[in-house]
Amino acid sequence: MSSRANISCLQEAKRVAIFGGTHGNEISGIMLVNMWIQNAAEIERNRLVTKPFISNPRAVEKCTRYINTDLNRAFTPENLSAPDVQGLPYEVQRAKEINQMFGPKGSSDAYDVIFDLHNTTSNMGSTLILESSTDLFNLQMVHYIKKAMAPHTCSVLLNEHPQLKYSTTRSVAKHPIGLEVGPQPQGVLRSNVFESMRTILKHALDFIELFNSGVEFPPCTVEVFRVQERMDYPRDTNGNITAMVHPHLQDCDWEPLNHGDPMFLTFNGRTILYEGASTVYPTFINEAAYYEKQQAFMTTCREILAANAIRKAFK
Amino acid sequence: MQLHSVRRSEGKHLEEGVKQHTSVLKITMASLYLPALGRMAVCGGTHGNELSGVYLVQEMERQRKEKGDGVWPIPVTTVQSNPRAVKECRRYIDTDMNRCFTTDMLSSPVTDSSPYEVQHAQELNNLLGLKGSADAIDMICDLHNTTSNMGLTLIHYTTSDWATMHICKYLQTKITKVPVRVLVMDVPISDAYSLESVSKHGFSIEVGPQPHGVVRADIYLIMKEAVDMTIDWIHKFNSGTVFEGGDMEAFKFIKSIDYPRDPETQTLSAAIHPQLQDRDFCLLKRGDPLFLSFSGETVKYEEGESLHPFFINECAYYEKGIAFHLAKKLTLTIPTVQVKKD
Repeated sequence: MSSRANISCLQEAKRVAIFGGTHGNEISGIMLVNMWIQNAAEIERNRLVTKPFISNPRAVEKCTRYINTDLNRAFTPENLSAPDVQGLPYEVQRAKEINQMFGPKGSSDAYDVIFDLHNTTSNMGSTLILESSTDLFNLQMVHYIKKAMAPHTCSVLLNEHPQLKYSTTRSVAKHPIGLEVGPQPQGVLRSNVFESMRTILKHALDFIELFNSGVEFPPCTVEVFRVQERMDYPRDTNGNITAMVHPHLQDCDWEPLNHGDPMFLTFNGRTILYEGASTVYPTFINEAAYYEKQQAFMTTCREILAANAIRKAFK
Repeated sequence: MQLHSVRRSEGKHLEEGVKQHTSVLKITMASLYLPALGRMAVCGGTHGNELSGVYLVQEMERQRKEKGDGVWPIPVTTVQSNPRAVKECRRYIDTDMNRCFTTDMLSSPVTDSSPYEVQHAQELNNLLGLKGSADAIDMICDLHNTTSNMGLTLIHYTTSDWATMHICKYLQTKITKVPVRVLVMDVPISDAYSLESVSKHGFSIEVGPQPHGVVRADIYLIMKEAVDMTIDWIHKFNSGTVFEGGDMEAFKFIKSIDYPRDPETQTLSAAIHPQLQDRDFCLLKRGDPLFLSFSGETVKYEEGESLHPFFINECAYYEKGIAFHLAKKLTLTIPTVQVKKD
């Protein structure tokens, strides 16, 4: 039967890690991971091993995003192969340690799955972040999570952009997944955001358990938002911002932005319009941590990805 | 000032300091004469990551450069209160500057090794004070943001400053996009620890919710309107407008409540309950939910007295051991006022 030929047989996902505190002021993940380090019952499953882990403990202690440099940009080949010398930035040192413990990145010894828990000040709701459009395991997992969370919406952000893709903490694993839940101010714990993240992880671990037990997942499609462009704030010659995200755009993550729509409002009341040729779907609108990265929001385009049926490969 | 005791059409007694028009009776009341408010300062960035004030002060400075000192109808000094903290987008460098303005702290000896904010508070006192003296500036509006859902909240340390109470009342009538509340701390001026207590009539303009490190256009515009309306009131008052007295609602700080914490590690063991989150100034009654623990239990409000929570889930207060404050609602009766002519 031809349908049988389209099932992808994938390796079992036995080693799973859950990272909190990659950014030390994104509190939901920190509280969840600390809770599970004390009592792991909730994240235990029969057919996999789950390790909760605080990725940037010094930043967590100071309730700051990072100490020297952003850990979630630090997993570049240069950093991971940097010699062990004095004076390495803390997060580069930490990236090397994490690569040793959960990698090495790109090798067969690497962890199967890493979930990296983040919060954002943007109104993104529950967002799952993928780095590859061809990782069938991840596509099937996010499809499962979205169905399980319904009617609560989970958006899927795909960052496969050659220039804008960055070297994340989770990229050490074979199947990296980012969880981004907002809006939540940095340094603050909101109960609804905490519980959403907790529930997403429950469904994710359920999926892996089912997969490891031999369940076959039929072909599916997943709506994703593919990263296109980074849009910065208007700035003066000193690099200071001269305008704010316009009230009509603020909090409108995932909603269409069309040519001629208001985009920024200057401090003295002038509206700046979006001039792009086609409709885009903005996200990460007004994220606190991105002012210094020259980003007011990201534009994305909507795409439907198709995934083959998958099941665990028999030995 | 003559006193009149009258019976209102609803049958309640009214006494001194109130001018009331009713369909039955018209009573004229003498005003309380107060000195003009000659000089005003607008301060932003007292906490370096509370960005509305940082950008509003910057914009005011830009307008002054462009249009000259006559851009506002009264003399306004603009101040970036904590430029080092603003540069690093942090609340403070060494210590919270907005706790450094008690009379004791302002007069304590400082050296180069004293905390930056303690030193800088004394410099601001020299610039805008001296606190408690006749030379102190008349008005300071200190601009703040909060992660709490407090709309526009005007904070003052006493209920008996009639000029400030009138400004608050004026803002309450003029600003309708968000709730406008008045919060009084009720402490003697020497114990008042915040920047605006350096001036004779100063108050804080607190706008939220806004994450620290973010500037939201809607929040910025509310803060701008509050500053513009304050300048407007002072100009009108100084020019002779009579501002009618009456009753106004205010909230008086009573006490603070901390999060449930693990006894050993002191880390949080619960979050603000979803039914309390974002409900600043609601009425909290016995049995109402306060916290939801990570293991799913609800912690309830057990006290007999119903009070109003505010600063619910303010980021900066986690390290101060505060989940929220509680206030009592009061009705203040304020007199009619007009400027004392020399």
